[in-house]
Amino acid sequence: MSADGPHRFKAATAGRALLAVAVTALFLFPVYWLFVMSIKTPEEVFASPPVWWPAEISLENFAVLFRDGDVRAIWNSAIVAGVSTVIAMFLGTIAAYSIARYRTGGDHLAIWIISQRMIPPIAIVFPIFLAFALIGLNDTYLGLIALYTAFNLPYVIWMMRGYVEDVPLELEESALVDGLDRWQTLLKVVFPMMRTGLFATSVFTFIFAWNEFIFALILTRTEVITFPVQVSHYFGPQQIFWAKIGAMSVLGTLPVFFTVAMAQKLLVRGISMGAVKG
Amino acid sequence: MSAVAEAPTPPQPASPIAGFVDRNFRWLLVWPSILVLLLIGLFPVIYSLFVSFQKINRRVSDTSFQGFYNYERLVTDERFWDSVINTGIMTGIALPLELVLGLLLARLFLESFPGRQILIALIVTPSVIAPFVAGAMWRLMFENIFGPINEIIRWIVGGTFDLLWLINDNPLIVYSAILTTEVWQWTPFMFLILLAAWSNVDKSQLEAAEIDGASGWRVFRRIIFPAIRPVVFVALTIRGLDLVRLFDIVYALTRGGPGNMTETISIYAYIKGFERFDISMTAAFAFVVIVSLSILVMVVLRRVGVTQ
Repeated sequence: MSADGPHRFKAATAGRALLAVAVTALFLFPVYWLFVMSIKTPEEVFASPPVWWPAEISLENFAVLFRDGDVRAIWNSAIVAGVSTVIAMFLGTIAAYSIARYRTGGDHLAIWIISQRMIPPIAIVFPIFLAFALIGLNDTYLGLIALYTAFNLPYVIWMMRGYVEDVPLELEESALVDGLDRWQTLLKVVFPMMRTGLFATSVFTFIFAWNEFIFALILTRTEVITFPVQVSHYFGPQQIFWAKIGAMSVLGTLPVFFTVAMAQKLLVRGISMGAVKG
Repeated sequence: MSAVAEAPTPPQPASPIAGFVDRNFRWLLVWPSILVLLLIGLFPVIYSLFVSFQKINRRVSDTSFQGFYNYERLVTDERFWDSVINTGIMTGIALPLELVLGLLLARLFLESFPGRQILIALIVTPSVIAPFVAGAMWRLMFENIFGPINEIIRWIVGGTFDLLWLINDNPLIVYSAILTTEVWQWTPFMFLILLAAWSNVDKSQLEAAEIDGASGWRVFRRIIFPAIRPVVFVALTIRGLDLVRLFDIVYALTRGGPGNMTETISIYAYIKGFERFDISMTAAFAFVVIVSLSILVMVVLRRVGVTQ
């Protein structure tokens, strides 16, 4: 590469940058397209040939969602994803600590736990639906939160196990010598050391619950509909309400987008389930 | 691992209760999680097994023992096998495509250029969008009258073009629409993991190979790929297991149609259970899926465990 001097090098870098911009634009185009749907007027939505950029920004589609109370789905998603994340994080992290430090249950327990995550939701949700119907948990926050907690636990345990192993043992030993009991050591010494890991894992746990579709589709009716299910309701048998689909998708995607942008550095370890420490 | 031997030893317990808590500390920490997982993980298996030997559907509610009646219905159901084949086709095409495209993207973004970080942050967007919303997005893209894809084809061919991508007799067309959506959403995920792994490959080896005058492809095959192979395996496992239970994007794009052309295992189970209310057969279905996938997962995880 160096043989041809700096000019060749610059041209290659510029070419690479241009190609990268083009590829990124290609990947973002569908996102842009649904986004502009949300700010189009009804005529523009169904225009053929399509309107590539609207003449002016109309916020009417968002206003409708607020007027009709459809935005409640966002609130429901926030509660269900938020509460289940907090519970799964606490239960999962203490379990991960035990498994990482004491090898509790050995490899069998670790593998059993992670394999729970791999079971297809459709196979779990069917018996759960019948059981929830018996005890009146369908279409309640409690039912959905319980399910999301269980669904996210294996991921939390798996990820936090790696983060626990990163905490130096000497710190815990000196805390015990200083007279803290094991709970205090865990909560006051180990937890603070894992701030980054706790944050990154919560972000992903939250997003999994926020974006989840099958459980929410089947276990909600009217009261606790989450945002992806609300979007699915706009696919009517006679008509598809594209403007509402666009607006609701924007409302539901923005929080995730900003969280991920914020947590960007922690992304790789989180999505590769710890395979890459990144 | 050496952690067991090095686990911190506590000072003397103050009271008998504290002593009990202390001795059982490690189990105390895992039991809440195990209980939750047993409730949500094991209960459905047992319940499905139980109901699958009965005969409960929209018309009958016969709880007497029916033997393997529902299992026989399942394995003789052509539509069930179609759904297995459809899922296999989608997984078999999407998985290698995502890997190859992910590698190509990782190569493109490997060396630094101005704006690289921002582009990486942007290109990951598809993978954090709710899969159902991704499906909705592409249903809009493939819309025959006002969708942008047909419009672009109109520019190229000149004249009219209003191909129905999602309701078409030709499986090639419908499948390419579904696979485009799937590959679009998850290639960035592959890319991000592969880029991180690739960036960690030992530089001195690469330089030595360059001095030897080895070609790019040879360097990739001999040095880079072996180095990133464990990560590739994990990424393929995560995506593969997701693809086997594919539901959201197919539900958004075609709901398994036209006919049952694009019906995946998850879509068919959904139809059986929640549209037909064929409860006992769906239970047998769920049980078979849970057991066969659990075995697959255990085998795969043990191999991952060995390689790590």
